[in-house]
Amino acid sequence: MSDTPMLSAQDVARHFDVSKPLIQRIIAREGKRTLRAVDGLSFDIPKGTTLSLVGESGCGKSTVARLVVGLYGTTRGRVMFDGQDLSLARADSKQRSRMQMIFQDPYASLNPRWRVVDIVAEPIRAFGLMSDKQAIITRVGELLTQVGLSPLDGQKYPHEFSGGQRQRISIARALSSNPEFLVCDEPTSALDVSVQAQILNLMKELQTRLGLTYLFISHNLAVVRQVSDRIGVMYLGKLVELSPAETLFSAPRHPYTRALMEAIPDLEMTGRQRIPVGGEVPSPISPPPGCTFHPRCPLANARCKVEVPVMKPAGTAMVACHAVEEGRATL
Amino acid sequence: MTLLQVKNLRVEFPTRRGTLVALDDVSFDIAPGEVLGVVGESGAGKSMTGAAIIGLLEPPGRIAGGEILLEGRRIDNLPYEQMRQIRGRQIGAIFQDPLTTLNPLYTIGRQLVETMTTHLPIGPGEAREKAIGWLELVGIPAARERIDSYPHEFSGGMRQRVVIALALCAEPKLIVADEPTTALDVSIQAQVIAMLKTLAREKGTAMMLVTHDMGVIAETADRVAVMYAGRIGEIGPVREVVRHARHPYSQGLMGSIPPLDRRVERLQQIDGAMPRLTAIPQGCAYNPRCPKVFERCRVERPELLDAGTTRAACWLYAEGAGHV
Repeated sequence: MSDTPMLSAQDVARHFDVSKPLIQRIIAREGKRTLRAVDGLSFDIPKGTTLSLVGESGCGKSTVARLVVGLYGTTRGRVMFDGQDLSLARADSKQRSRMQMIFQDPYASLNPRWRVVDIVAEPIRAFGLMSDKQAIITRVGELLTQVGLSPLDGQKYPHEFSGGQRQRISIARALSSNPEFLVCDEPTSALDVSVQAQILNLMKELQTRLGLTYLFISHNLAVVRQVSDRIGVMYLGKLVELSPAETLFSAPRHPYTRALMEAIPDLEMTGRQRIPVGGEVPSPISPPPGCTFHPRCPLANARCKVEVPVMKPAGTAMVACHAVEEGRATL
Repeated sequence: MTLLQVKNLRVEFPTRRGTLVALDDVSFDIAPGEVLGVVGESGAGKSMTGAAIIGLLEPPGRIAGGEILLEGRRIDNLPYEQMRQIRGRQIGAIFQDPLTTLNPLYTIGRQLVETMTTHLPIGPGEAREKAIGWLELVGIPAARERIDSYPHEFSGGMRQRVVIALALCAEPKLIVADEPTTALDVSIQAQVIAMLKTLAREKGTAMMLVTHDMGVIAETADRVAVMYAGRIGEIGPVREVVRHARHPYSQGLMGSIPPLDRRVERLQQIDGAMPRLTAIPQGCAYNPRCPKVFERCRVERPELLDAGTTRAACWLYAEGAGHV
């Protein structure tokens, strides 16, 4: 295996124009308005590993998922897929078949009017990987077995399955083009906890067996801990911390990462007093100047209010925080 | 004395293909000032139990058996108008989605004032002052200025605070909160839970907290009921159920929660899925998925039995079964 990362994002940004219509803008004398959903993100995902992105709603994590498979174009920066520019890779169906996506809602992502066999076989047909009808059916049977369903389930419709089973169908569909890279956008957040465990176990098994590379998007830190090699924490369209999974949990550095961990209800009930982080995520249309986290940050000072922090190495982690850099944040 | 008593509650949905039993023989109590957590997977009947208590079952669902008593008085058979009086004054409700609870056409102030003047013996002027007090209490900054804002002018977290103020403002004795923090981000969730807990304690309000998030229950509830396929599988003090669950289903449920403090190679999982209401197995509903199943479980349905510090509907705890 070469050292080229499966995926490499270099200063990727995606802005959306959310201006009002021209006439209204003229009447109200307003300018254009831009939503910076993702604003300068850089990361690599080595082959066979899992990178997770966590953050609260509106932090841009789902936008990243769509950017790296080419569902959105980039406003700035570029995405490299196995050493090749993503826009070139997208044009080549052979390259394109190497990446697949699993979505959050297994109720919305499967066509209710198709039989499961057709749903799972769609990528095979779309990429022209096989043409023999019988061979396709056999292959679909194998895929269904691989995700823990029966080949006979192919004849059923999605509504005959529970949420967890549907997510298994989504995974079988994603695997049908023999991809190497899977983007999973909140694959378990619509599922019950006992079913979530089934799906997470299945995804780990498949990774070991097929050598898959995952980009895993989630808001749940406990889930992320179970599946990731490295974790990136996002806040308002930017990465604030990127570390090996164990480091992030044993020594979280960025004040936002710590706040997120504090916020998780404690199942062990050690009687630890939680200090909820104050305030709310500001609007990405008019983010605060300087470090976007400063209005909620207990360590913010004058510098944080004006100067945007950049990602700098801190131990094995990368952190974008003035307080960490200046040594004001105690571990 | 207990505040709320639910006795052998049964909820049915008549359909063209026969009657579905959504809740079957559900019994529990809530004491004044107590927080009872209700957990379970989707479709287990937790929200249905809440809806039955506040008298808001979606038709054609109906209470087909059992009783619901508030302070010893039956409330499950009251006419709509009388139930409406109780709802709001005696029982407050908080739902998952704050947008559908608030009327988008009225300012939040008007909604709070209206609730208070309907249920409390006060005039609009006094109610407005009180409303500002409530908004401050639930942590809305600049409450005096924001009271005349419309729901859409608030963020999700702020809206849920308004809903909580609305549920509490008539000073009910019981609050039924159905997934009150599920639609919120974790950092906001923590703020809202902390606030809800403090307020309930200060005002001595009892709460039935329905959620699928065990973390929230562990932090907030005094006792917890685990529901499965329309029945209570286990009920007991929260510490006991979370740490030493007796029912194999509760054990599986607790085990499948991914731990935050360590990485495990393989999460504990419960194979299979909860049965549909049309196909509830004979005997114990959990028997096809249960790792400890034995003959009696397939034939006879267990009732809640004493299982040490909790009560569990499981034959393992029947006399002479030999505890496991």
